[in-house]
Amino acid sequence: MTIWIEIDLCNGCKLCMKACPYGAVELENGKAHILERCTSCGACVEACKQKAIQTDAQPRSIPDFSDRKGVWVFAEQRHGKLNRVTLELLGKARELADTLNQDVSALLLGHGVSDLGETLISYGAQKIYLVEHPTLKDYRTTAYTQVIQGLVNQFKPNVFLVGATHLGRDLAPRVSRRVGVGLTADCTELEIDPDESILLQTRPAFGGNVMATIANRYSRPQMATVRPGVMEAEERLDNKGDILKHEISLFEEDMDTRVLEVVKEKRRRVDLSEAKVIVAGGRGVGDAGGFKVLEDLAAAMGGEVAGTRVAVEEGWIPSDRQIGQTGQSVRPELYIACGISGAIQHRAGMMNARYVIAINKDPRAPIFQVADWGMVGDLHEVIPEMMAQFKAGRNE
Amino acid sequence: MDIIVLVKQVPDTTEVKLDPKTGNLIREGVESIINPDDLHALEAAVDLQETHGGKVTALSMGPPQAIDAISEALGMGVHEGILLTDKAFGGADTWATSFTLGKAIEKIEEYDLILCGRQAIDGDTAQIGPQVADYLNIPQVSYVCEIETIEEDALVAKTRLEDGFERIHCGLPALLTVIGELNTPRYPLMGRALDACKEKAPIKVWNAADIGVQTSQVGLEGSLTHVIKTFAPKFKRETEMLEGDTREMVGDLMGRLKENRLI
Ligand SMILES: Cc1cc2nc3c(=O)[nH]c(=O)nc-3n(C[C@H](O)[C@H](O)[C@H](O)COP(=O)(O)OP(=O)(O)OC[C@H]3O[C@@H](n4cnc5c(N)ncnc54)[C@H](O)[C@@H]3O)c2cc1C
Ligand SMILES: Cc1cc2nc3c(=O)[nH]c(=O)nc-3n(C[C@H](O)[C@H](O)[C@H](O)COP(=O)(O)OP(=O)(O)OC[C@H]3O[C@@H](n4cnc5c(N)ncnc54)[C@H](O)[C@@H]3O)c2cc1C
Repeated sequence: MTIWIEIDLCNGCKLCMKACPYGAVELENGKAHILERCTSCGACVEACKQKAIQTDAQPRSIPDFSDRKGVWVFAEQRHGKLNRVTLELLGKARELADTLNQDVSALLLGHGVSDLGETLISYGAQKIYLVEHPTLKDYRTTAYTQVIQGLVNQFKPNVFLVGATHLGRDLAPRVSRRVGVGLTADCTELEIDPDESILLQTRPAFGGNVMATIANRYSRPQMATVRPGVMEAEERLDNKGDILKHEISLFEEDMDTRVLEVVKEKRRRVDLSEAKVIVAGGRGVGDAGGFKVLEDLAAAMGGEVAGTRVAVEEGWIPSDRQIGQTGQSVRPELYIACGISGAIQHRAGMMNARYVIAINKDPRAPIFQVADWGMVGDLHEVIPEMMAQFKAGRNE
Repeated sequence: MDIIVLVKQVPDTTEVKLDPKTGNLIREGVESIINPDDLHALEAAVDLQETHGGKVTALSMGPPQAIDAISEALGMGVHEGILLTDKAFGGADTWATSFTLGKAIEKIEEYDLILCGRQAIDGDTAQIGPQVADYLNIPQVSYVCEIETIEEDALVAKTRLEDGFERIHCGLPALLTVIGELNTPRYPLMGRALDACKEKAPIKVWNAADIGVQTSQVGLEGSLTHVIKTFAPKFKRETEMLEGDTREMVGDLMGRLKENRLI
């Protein structure tokens, strides 16, 4: 495909420059000009209000999908334990389904997992497709893909959400290719477009430096993987749901992979996504001893300690406590950032906190831009003072 | 053991900076590199070839300048490079990319193993590996951190999980997506890399017709998802800076935490 500018139509508004993820549009004599870097991704075409950006791509008609109904969530479980992201997806799915006036269903695959159905219902699932079979006991890509393909083809959902976990990011692309649909990766925002009634899927790309909104107009279901820790789970104890058993035939002899062994690493896995309070530290904490003080504050407030990549690299905290683009995303009630500069890769993991407190000795540190309350000062003085006043307040 | 390695050329996003005034990306002078995960895939392929023999092919779809990535792969010891380049391939989503790569692999025909990176640092989707595997109808193992054993018709690999790992037995041919933990990539040999830039270098360049695809099946036209908008991430909040000495600031803070029922 080729993209070009109709110079006469261009009014030099620069919207295309803002839209280009590759920085491949420049202004030349007040008109847009496309550079060699262009990958023809088409983002600018959509952005141009003057219709000055043209392509030789054939206009495509959008098929009629009015028979496609329902928002589906893949219920991720391993060894009978439900992944928390499933509940977060159900929360979001209910919101989308309410807007579309459709239902939420969960797909529960495994062996001996039927009792998880009640949990799924209490978090908003109105229908559960339960598929139990010995070959589904361990997660295996091709077996799960085959079963989901059958369900999608039979029940024709409109939207299908999968957690962007290790398992989800192994499974979802395989399923999307198999059923012939587009897939948006690792979304952090989902909403229904009021005009087209399609799912607008927003996700970070370029290592969190760019946010892109993606539409899935030409195939159904509209499929997306969703970043854990970003959406909100909501318990709905009055919700009613049906569990529908779905029979399949699969044979162990046909399986192309076998799980030989599952090894849990010895360290206690911390699930920061469940923490209400997170006390996070960065380079400014100074040493492992400094983190002990943060840990004490976290413990006193009933929270968990976490940190930046620098804190992990220095060996002050284990890597499973890293917050950010290459660590975990969290959404606690309270996030206390101590001696953290607020790099974009760090912010990517904590921007969904409800309240943020920042403590930094540099008043220009970017972390203050994302904080609700900022304190300029030495954390080695501020934290002990917080501890003292917190304890005093509790004893009152 | 014939191995195909999927290699993507990407802008070095670790170098990308934001313009503090406009919030836009500053891309001037950003280098193009081989996607970091793919270096580990290349290392694993060359390493396996050294023990088990066979041929290693690097396959990349991209603009003409992506040939640099292929030359670097040859410098690391890959035998042959194939660049898929055509205006028609531009603007592809992962659906169209996996189709295009899949078609090229069908044309290469001979392979026992396909290695690719888990995730590219620009598109960041981690979808290409599983989608190519599905197109070719072969099994996949993703997040591979160790290849324990490999025989004619099967391998055993370790796959990284959030809380540990799994050991998986997988029939061949198969596709593995690999992560940095797998190995330490070697540096390209200077002489080999220079030879790779010469005219008689073992690099093939294929366009849409060469792999037998219609322009409507590839690139933006063949895509099912489309980027409709991009913007700089918004992270700003209404910040209130607390004033006074440490005691006063913290006292002030405690009041606010109580007001908002946070403590
Ligand atoms: C591809 C990529 C992925 C990345 N992923 C992540 C990620 O997932 N998570 C992550 O966190 N980072 C990530 N990073 C790294 C990130 O870019 C930053 O380098 C990192 O977050 C900075 O950590 P920091 O804030 O601890 O350190 P610095 O940036 O060094 O900041 C230290 C801060 O502490 C303050 N300070 C010092 N002493 C004191 C004191 N006594 N009292 C109060 N304040 C003090 C300083 O003023 C400064 O603002 C990634 C980078 C790349 C390139
Ligand atoms: C801002 C933005 C957002 C996007 N979001 C989506 C989205 O949500 N869904 C979607 O379908 N598409 C999306 N795309 C398009 C997507 O980036 C392209 O399809 C790209 O060609 C492949 O995806 P990736 O870079 O994410 O690769 P990944 O799937 O992350 O790459 C994994 C591995 O596959 C191999 N590989 C990937 N691309 C190539 C290649 N061209 N040649 C050889 N090997 C390769 C490499 O080994 C690589 O390590 C987006 C593009 C942009 C610019």
